[in-house]
Parts: sequence; C-alpha cells; structure tokens
Amino acid sequence: MAEKMINLKLKVWRQNGPKAVGAFEDHDVSVSADSSFLEMLDELNDSLERNGKDPVVFESDCREGICGTCGLVINGQPHGPIPKIATCQLHMRHFTEGQTIWIEPFRAKAFPVLKDLAVDRSAFDTIMHAGGYVSVNTGGVPDANAIAIPKDVAAEAFDAAACIGCGACVAACKNASAMLFVSAKVSQFAVLPQGQPERYTRVQKMVKVMDELGFGSCTNTYACEAECPKGISVKNIARMNKDYIKAKVKTEKIELEA
Amino acid sequence: MGWLSESLNSSIGKKFIMALTGISLILFLIVHLAGNLTLFIGEEAFNLYVESLDKIKPFIRVIEVVLAAIFIFHIVNGIKLYFENRGARPEKYAVNGSRKNSTLFSRTMAQTGSIIFIFLVIHLSTFWKAFNLDTHAADASYYNIVLEWFQIEWYAVLYVICMIILGFHLNHGFQSAFQTFGWNHNKYASLIKKIGTGYAVIMAVGFASIPIYFLLGGM
Repeated sequence: MAEKMINLKLKVWRQNGPKAVGAFEDHDVSVSADSSFLEMLDELNDSLERNGKDPVVFESDCREGICGTCGLVINGQPHGPIPKIATCQLHMRHFTEGQTIWIEPFRAKAFPVLKDLAVDRSAFDTIMHAGGYVSVNTGGVPDANAIAIPKDVAAEAFDAAACIGCGACVAACKNASAMLFVSAKVSQFAVLPQGQPERYTRVQKMVKVMDELGFGSCTNTYACEAECPKGISVKNIARMNKDYIKAKVKTEKIELEA
Repeated sequence: MGWLSESLNSSIGKKFIMALTGISLILFLIVHLAGNLTLFIGEEAFNLYVESLDKIKPFIRVIEVVLAAIFIFHIVNGIKLYFENRGARPEKYAVNGSRKNSTLFSRTMAQTGSIIFIFLVIHLSTFWKAFNLDTHAADASYYNIVLEWFQIEWYAVLYVICMIILGFHLNHGFQSAFQTFGWNHNKYASLIKKIGTGYAVIMAVGFASIPIYFLLGGM
C-alpha cells in the first residue's frame, strides 16, 4: 500500500541566539501521514542541510514521550493539538492537507531561547536543587514495604511523579507560571511518609527559587493541566498552596536556611 | 514582621491576598444585593432599609473603611500581578492557543476587573455620594433618587452591562479562591464550581434587574 503523503505549509521560528531577533521562516513540506512531528522536522533538516542551509535547532531525546526533552508550541498549543502526548508522540495524520502549521519555541522569560526552537530550561533544575529531593542518610538498606502506604496514596504520589519536567505548563500558562511543575515535584513527596520531615521547608524553598527565576504567578486558568502531556492535575497546585500557607503561618522558623 | 511581608509578596502570597479579599467582597455583595432587593417591595420598604442603616451610621462608617481597604488590596494586588505576569513572557506567541485550554472567564480577570473598577468609581460618585454627602430636603425619598438615576437610559444600560461583566469576574473568582486556599477536593470541587456559577448568575441577574425594572417602569 502506498504511503499517504500530505502537503503542509510550515512557519518555523528561527532565532540565531538568545539575544538575536527571531522571525518565522516558511517551508513547504510533503510528508508521510504516518511520520511523527519530529520526523517531519528531521526530513526538513535533511533537505536544508543538502542545500547547505542551517538546520532548524530543536530538542528531542527518547522520542517515546517519557523524557520530557522535546517541546514545541504547535499552532499555539504546547505539544500540539492532541491532549496528553508529548511533541514526539504527535503524528502528521492529525493535520489536514494544505494546513499551515506555526511552530514556536516555549516562550517565557525564565526559558530563554538558545537557538531556533531550543530553549534553556535549566531554571527547572535550579528549582529542583532548592528542595526537590528527600535527604536520605547512609546506613543499612531499609526493608521494602517497612512503611505501610495505602495504595491510593501511593497512586497519588505516583501521579504527581509522572511529571517529566518538559515545561509545557509554563509554555501554556498565560502568565508563564511554573506552578504545575513545582507543585508536582512538591506533591510527590508531600503525600508520602518519606517526604514528611522536609515537607514544609521544601515547599518554601522551592517556591522562593521559583519566584526568583522570573516565572509568573498562577491565576488558576488551568491551561497547564489541559496541555500537560502527563495529565498532571491542578489539585497538586492546591496542595502546594495549602502547604505553603501552612508553612508560613505555623512553622516557628523565620529564616529559611540555604 | 519581615517574614510576613515576604510571605505575602511571594507568588502564592499574592494569590492568597486576591483570594481572601475576593471572598470578602463576594460576601459583601450578598448583603448588598439583599438590601437592594427591598426596592422591589416598594418605596416605603427601601426608605426604611436605608434609614435603618442611617441609624447605625458610626458602625456603617467602620464597615465602609474596612471594605475600602479590602477593595484597595484586591485592586492594587491585581494590578501588580497583571504587570508581573505580563513580564514573565516578554515575547508573545504568534498563535494564541489559549481558547483551546482555558475558559474566557479565567483569562480576562484583569480586563473584567478593570471595568468593574471604573463602574465602582461611577457607582460611588453617583449613588454613594447622593446617599451620604448630598443634602436633601427633609421629605426626600431615597427610593426616588434611585428612580431618577435609573430612568436615565445610558446610566441604566451601563449598569446592566457592568453587572454582566461582574458575573464573568465572579464566576472565575469564586472557584479560584477555593483553589488558592488549597481546597480542591475530589468530592466537593465540582460542587464549588457549580455554586460559584450559580452565585455569579444570581448576582449579575439580581443587580441588573434593578436598573431594568426602573428603566422599563419609566417607559
């Protein structure tokens, strides 16, 4: 059976560096409907290179939706029009013959464009360093299941831990807020017994760093949840709000240690 | 109290102020509408209502000052958030996909809020001024003051439009406040959303019905 090909008009964001002024570049492509979005860009880059032109810079790694490296804003939606998938899992059959596709990088002050469609998301790492961990002292290996955790609690923690840190929540939010990401990373520990010792310092430290990095504030539009490739719930944001307010009101400590 | 101002100036702190002041204003609107509905009972009932408030004027003045402070906190904080949030994305998207992932109500809080602020200024400089500052003849009726204003067509229409926009603002604000306080529960969240929409509709329809009633009554 012959491959079904579709013709598309691409408008691809090109930007030479963080300080450069970017603009859209037009490309007409003909691709297999079975190819993925990134494979289409690979083909585009092949042809650009054959013609001695600069290929479009974009990020990808696992290409099966679990690493969180890829991330493009496709026709105004992070990871494209299909819910709960990453850009790499988006296939060209979801587009129609002759359609114009606008491809933009994640845009946020805290995510500066490095080149073309690749942005610097190390701000997320900085937030994780501030408190996205549990401190485990060395010693004997604890017995598995020594601490009883109800199944639904474990599932809730796992749902939060499903966040792949791609940054689509920031890209989707009209305020470029990182609340969904940070709240997922706070929640994955906050609901488990192992996370309790650092629960209230963790939330304060991570929110403080998040604010310093220039992300916006949450205004509860829930665009993040709608665009999240892993379906992370805004319930995590509610949990983080509650923990943060509790921490500020109830804890005796005034200064956070570094 | 350095920790307090630092906490309130954090992103979550600012949300918290918006939610707390917002809920206070939501409660105020219920009282305000309940009082205003005496207009439908008749001239005597409304005048009696306003005069009974007049009798406890010192108490009402305290409430007014508190209310003004709540409004100012809500407005100033909202303006601050608007500009900070705009700054968090210096370069805008060429294609805006927000229609596909969020509600109109949630995206336009700053715009609906600004219109409500302009309305508030007009409202205070007409009704509040007429009831509190202007001197009237001894037999003047508060009911008639309302009647006169709302028989001015543009004024009545402006009120109706502003009340619809207020409904938009409240529809998002109500459930949003609960989310900010951290009360997003599997069992109750959908109920809160429904109550919020119901509340917003009742407020918009309730307040808008007054100018409509007087405008149509005068025709």
